[in-house]
Amino acid sequence: MLLRHTPQVITERKALTINPAKTCQPIGAMYASLGIKGCLPHSHGSQGCCAYHRSTLTRHYKEPISAATSSFTEGASVFGGQANLLQAINNIFTVYEPEAIAVHTTCLSETIGDDLPQIFNKAIKEKKVPPGKTLLGAPTPSYVGSHVTGFSNMVKAMAGLAENTGTRNGKINILPGWVEPSDMEEIKRIAALMGVKISIYPDTSGVLNTPLTGKYNMFPDGGTSIAEIRDSGNASGTLALGEWCSADGARLLDTQCKVPCSILDIPVGLKATDRFIDALRTVAGTSVPDEIATERGRLVDLISDMHQYFYGKKVALVGDPDQLISMTEFLVSIDMLPVHIITGTPGKKFEKRIQEITAELNCEVNVKAKGDMFLLHQWIKNEPVDLIIGNSYCKYIARDEDIPFVRWGFPILDRQGHQYFPSIGYMGGLRLLEKILNCLLDRKERDDTEEKFELVL
Amino acid sequence: MGKAQKLVQWDPHDIKDKLLEKYPPKVARKRAKQIMVNEALENSTPEITANVRTIPGIITMRGCTYAGCKGVIMGPTSDIVNLVHGPIGCSFYAWLTRRNQTDAINDTNANYITYAMSTDMQDSDIIFGGEKKLKAAIQEAYDLFHPKAIAVFATCPVGLIGDDIHAVAKEMKTKFGDCNVFAFSCEGYKGVSQSAGHHIANNQVFTHVVGDSDSEKTGEYKINLLGEYNIGGDGFEIDRILNKCGITNISTFSGNATYDKFASANQADLSCVMCHRSINYVADMLETKYGIPWIKVNFIGAEATAKSLRKIAQYFNDEKLTKKVEEVIAQEMAPVVAARKDVFPRTSGKTAMLFVGGSRAHHYQELFTELGMKTLSAGYEFAHRDDYEGRHVIPHLKVDADSRNIEEIEVSPDPQLYKPRKSEEEIKKLEAEGVDFKEYAGLNEAMDENTIVIDDLNQYEAEKLVELLKPDLFCAGIKEKFSIQKLGVPMKQLHSYDSGGPYAGFTGAINFYNEIDRLVNSRVWGYMKAPWQENPELSATYAWE
Repeated sequence: MLLRHTPQVITERKALTINPAKTCQPIGAMYASLGIKGCLPHSHGSQGCCAYHRSTLTRHYKEPISAATSSFTEGASVFGGQANLLQAINNIFTVYEPEAIAVHTTCLSETIGDDLPQIFNKAIKEKKVPPGKTLLGAPTPSYVGSHVTGFSNMVKAMAGLAENTGTRNGKINILPGWVEPSDMEEIKRIAALMGVKISIYPDTSGVLNTPLTGKYNMFPDGGTSIAEIRDSGNASGTLALGEWCSADGARLLDTQCKVPCSILDIPVGLKATDRFIDALRTVAGTSVPDEIATERGRLVDLISDMHQYFYGKKVALVGDPDQLISMTEFLVSIDMLPVHIITGTPGKKFEKRIQEITAELNCEVNVKAKGDMFLLHQWIKNEPVDLIIGNSYCKYIARDEDIPFVRWGFPILDRQGHQYFPSIGYMGGLRLLEKILNCLLDRKERDDTEEKFELVL
Repeated sequence: MGKAQKLVQWDPHDIKDKLLEKYPPKVARKRAKQIMVNEALENSTPEITANVRTIPGIITMRGCTYAGCKGVIMGPTSDIVNLVHGPIGCSFYAWLTRRNQTDAINDTNANYITYAMSTDMQDSDIIFGGEKKLKAAIQEAYDLFHPKAIAVFATCPVGLIGDDIHAVAKEMKTKFGDCNVFAFSCEGYKGVSQSAGHHIANNQVFTHVVGDSDSEKTGEYKINLLGEYNIGGDGFEIDRILNKCGITNISTFSGNATYDKFASANQADLSCVMCHRSINYVADMLETKYGIPWIKVNFIGAEATAKSLRKIAQYFNDEKLTKKVEEVIAQEMAPVVAARKDVFPRTSGKTAMLFVGGSRAHHYQELFTELGMKTLSAGYEFAHRDDYEGRHVIPHLKVDADSRNIEEIEVSPDPQLYKPRKSEEEIKKLEAEGVDFKEYAGLNEAMDENTIVIDDLNQYEAEKLVELLKPDLFCAGIKEKFSIQKLGVPMKQLHSYDSGGPYAGFTGAINFYNEIDRLVNSRVWGYMKAPWQENPELSATYAWE
């Protein structure tokens, strides 16, 4: 047994986190920065953080992840990292020539209190930033929130670049939240089908799913340009997908540039996608084309066709708040029973939202924000489930307890597809259901006796 | 296969100039000292600058002290609870990401490798201090698991806010009585790389664990295997070979290690050092305190493995062992030679580059030599000058300001347990017969004239090197892998082995031969251009009949 020291009896832990269901802020900021065109993320801290964040993202995407670091030494850690960052800015613009550098911080630079705006001003004054190039930055202390918070903080820093020039650009801003490049592509496809002009940021499609051609571009064609981000202050409105990932950025656009915003759930599953499409239709004043209605109908059709396999099945979920809220709603909508739900990211609102979504279920639902996967495992030992949905670390629980497992969320280190196929929208819903069905039916066929083994299901 | 043989005509000095061309003058001056054209001099090698601070913004491959301490040295041990004191990231990223395997999976012994434990420091801990939370976390870990030992690791903010983790550890150790608790001040900003973390881990393990075993280890020809981390099962393969020869491995530092194995290391009669960089400190301390001599070995490469086994046999100077070792080598070599014969025509003449941590950029050259492949360029992320130039430079090394605060501990002969394993005459005699004690010749010596040795290679230089020298294979880590492959060059990870392995020992050599054959001859590299891109000029309207 891989996790044989996890006891069934749950004792309260106040200080010890075991097998976390989150990681720290800067990796989220790094991921968001990669969604800016021509941007090099920069980690202002000691270099270990940067190496770890790059490695984790690269293992998830099987793509190069470029990012620089201030490489703090002990001296800088005591006397401040200004000199390191100034040198870094100069070196990066000279050697790697990005359009922008997006700086995030770590627990080190935050604890010592380095002041990014002050250092940026100095860099500009000392002409370390070539004309037309951009510096942006977000404080991302690792001891607050989680990777999701870091993503949100960088999105907010991007929104901070927006300017209202007085001329509306007729576009809708979409802050997609922490979703995959394939999901960002899917949002763009849906908007195009609906004839809605959007500005989406961050946008990692075309950055973290690039082709193999024999050439390597550190800065591929994808990503949202700085000009477009600046112009987002002129949009008609903002749809922010996910309270945890996108709301702060959207609210800043509202207060700073008077771009009204609406906070929606990440469009995973039938109902959240319905709300997204409906909101997009309403704010843009367009009608929904038949193609999209057809896609929706296909999803409903699949639910009805295979409902018997979903009905009443218990599911354990682990992941990030925005994703979990939509996924829980999706599972409830197809009559599955999400009974154990854990996120490592703090936020009381999360538990309340899940309780609302699951209120009508005829079973007890365990939910915890700031929980960990050790607790999830203990819950499963006490109340077994038919399916686990979560990131790659779940496979240790799945194997020990012999439970079918669908990989979903971040990070997925051991399977492919998330960067190419969406899991949001109606098409993404179809894909998620296909995965769930494959998993449940593979298990059924593994377990069925030979006399019960059937061709048609 | 299918590729035209390319002409490699270049002057290494030109390559070096090209690498430096784009840098700001200060950066160029500094990098110039870390890029060296190997002149293969008879008695000495040119000096290289290594183990110095990283240039900010250069996109280094390096990690931090915490990674070197917790991730590398302590991570592979199965029955010590490794508790990270810090915000969650450090613990999360070191969770099962190095492939150090353990066989404690298959028995009832403790195995905590699948668990990541952290105090998950919050802003209130930064403001008011985290000692109370650390104490509570140690208590909770003890109550849940009742481990033999709990190791505490500091991360960046811990040193800054002044948490005294050593005092906490001591207090909890006294409180428990049956659980050794000790701490590592391996804050990420210490030193300039993972290397400082190795040193800190060596010191603390030696101080708090080595010699702490009550049980007497029996067996013939007792050795320690130092600096072998059982990535992809390398250590299992080496142990298989040692067992077959009748050599008893008391303790591996730290692949598949347990508390008791560390604790018994003082009972061996010889220390064999694989990764010199990470563990030479323990090797030296074992000799000073207990009288155990050490030799450098290398189990990467079939010939190197045979050579290392013979060296061990020579040390023990026992006819029975010598005979057995020769038997084993003869038996194991047969399939290796057959496998090599199979792949050799497809791999020989190809070229490779190796940029790996602190030892493999050297060790793996043995395997490439066996495959008939030439190493054009190599280097380390964080090795010191002695790993490049050989240990004879150690007296001349200056510790610079960035590494001065890494603790050096004083070790003296143990009044009871010090026992020279060989008399001075025996040592002299063995040296005369070619057994080098306490000696490592370094990477440079192993490389041909006019090859390029680069310390702390960065992203820019990696791309430039590939563009200029067009190697058939590039070896480094996960961060480099996919940018190199986008360039159309096969890339082999020599940290994680791309989920393969073992590559050590005889079985490992066969695995490696096949893997490199697969990589350099894969059909995929021929698909980079679509047919219409290959011949764009032939555009015309296709006439349907």
